Amino acid sequence: MANEEKIDKAQVEHVASLAKLEFNDADLGKFTTQLADIMGLFNTLSEVDTTGVEPTFSVTDQFNTMREDMAVNSHEKDALIKNAPDTQDGYIRVPAIIDESEGAN
Amino acid sequence: MNFQTTIGLEVHVELKTNSKIFSPSPVEFGDDPNANTNVIDWGYPGVLPTTNKGVVESGIKAALALHAEIEKHNHFDRKNYFYPDNPKAYQITQSDKPIAHDGWIEIEVDGEKKKIGIAEMHIEEDAGKNTHNPNGYSFVDLNRQGTPLIEIVSKPDIASPDEAYAYLEALRQRIQFTGVSDVKMEEGSMRVDVNISIRPYGSDKFGTKTELKNLNSFSYVRKGLAYEEKRQQQVLMSGGTIQQETRRFDEATGQTILMRVKEGSDDYRYFPEPDLPALSISDNWIHNIEEAMPEMPGKRRARYVSELGLKDYDAMVLTQTKEMSDFFDETVANGADAKMAANYLMGDVNAYLNDQQVDLQDTKLTPANLAAMIKMISDGTISTKIAKKVFKALTKGEEPVAWVKSKGLIQLSDPAQLQPIIKGIVDDNQQSVDDFKNGKDRAVGYLVGQVMKQTHGQANPKVVNELLMKELNNR
Repeated sequence: MANEEKIDKAQVEHVASLAKLEFNDADLGKFTTQLADIMGLFNTLSEVDTTGVEPTFSVTDQFNTMREDMAVNSHEKDALIKNAPDTQDGYIRVPAIIDESEGAN
Repeated sequence: MNFQTTIGLEVHVELKTNSKIFSPSPVEFGDDPNANTNVIDWGYPGVLPTTNKGVVESGIKAALALHAEIEKHNHFDRKNYFYPDNPKAYQITQSDKPIAHDGWIEIEVDGEKKKIGIAEMHIEEDAGKNTHNPNGYSFVDLNRQGTPLIEIVSKPDIASPDEAYAYLEALRQRIQFTGVSDVKMEEGSMRVDVNISIRPYGSDKFGTKTELKNLNSFSYVRKGLAYEEKRQQQVLMSGGTIQQETRRFDEATGQTILMRVKEGSDDYRYFPEPDLPALSISDNWIHNIEEAMPEMPGKRRARYVSELGLKDYDAMVLTQTKEMSDFFDETVANGADAKMAANYLMGDVNAYLNDQQVDLQDTKLTPANLAAMIKMISDGTISTKIAKKVFKALTKGEEPVAWVKSKGLIQLSDPAQLQPIIKGIVDDNQQSVDDFKNGKDRAVGYLVGQVMKQTHGQANPKVVNELLMKELNNR
């Protein structure tokens, strides 16, 4: 990752739109500068020679922290539904989804 | 111009575990909306997901069934996107180091065998379910959220819609035999996404591919791909270009319809999942799972032919599903003649399943009862004609030996009992005796019929024939 890519406004706008965020021009300028500074720090980090070092995926040294396949119903439905912004008949109610988007998987 | 076709399949298989992949909520279908959810499934802040060991084991089983290489050190990643059925705004999946890669399965099309490569297989969580409502709202049920899935991605080896169909059949069969999933498309435990491209013969550059959605059965996959293959050919032949797009298969017309054009690749900003420690899969673990794996269909098919003397076609039919194959194995283990057991399963049992539209495991038939009936046929206790009645009783869960006794259906094979009946009938039918002496074989059939009538169909036809011939020749 040693490429010293400069962050520009268009990139910040793109990342913001992926996160469903909208900024005015002044904010966009501010965040572009801030993000560019952060990327600068990464560029400093990439000066370290990491030849032969395996990438780190996790900062814990744990492996295989797993539970047995046993089902436990916590019976939290009512509390969860009460805490949802909008519900109907036991469902979470959201504005209609018009775009048949990709969904998961 | 001639074209060659390249098809890619992404198959999602829902794993049949007790609990979800990262939370202990039950994996159950048909319950009240959101009944099987907890704070982890809803993606509450501060909760800690924990990997279900059963899911990793199922993943290893599936990988072994697909001859895939298991990635000893693998981990989960986050795939970020917004959608109401995805409460965390990311899906936990595997992108960078999936649990398995480079597998293959064998398919057979028109008697030709071919290996289809599997690029990778990973484990991930399913999303919840949206119900779209015309009144300006959608409803979200998170019961399915966190249900474990495996996704199997094929290599670009599939060259025709028929091969795609055969691949799906083979894949479903192998996964089904591992027992990790029901793999039923109609119930959503198997889902298929396809893409297809064509290129002029000899070209080493793949054409632009289109994706197909809404394929709810294997035959729709085949039909949709065949339509798309032709459509792409027509576009290219008339000088047009294929654009990267997603199309929907219309079941009514058999056509594919443009849904949307893809611009650029999706940007999911994958990164390693920080809440879940990586997985380290030891050789020992793999070995133990391999030892406990059910025998795969190919091996069973070969065994039925070499050890049990079945025809290869029959062995193939019996190994279509694990239920049928297990049922057959147990029937034989209960002492039934293998060929008779095979004939009953492929004949009366299959006819019954088709007629009732049920799966074998949902009937009252048991291997022990079927074996007991077959043994009664083998030792002459009942005739195959009576067996038709007994089989009906088996479908109602009756134990055949007791049932046959209670109904008085035991075959009359005892010469001491049959002799006087035969003698009486021959005495009463002098005309038939004369006909017989004059070389009219039909007379024998008539007399046998009379004996059967008098014994209400219970006389053993073989014994009756022998005794009758003796009687006639003595006159």
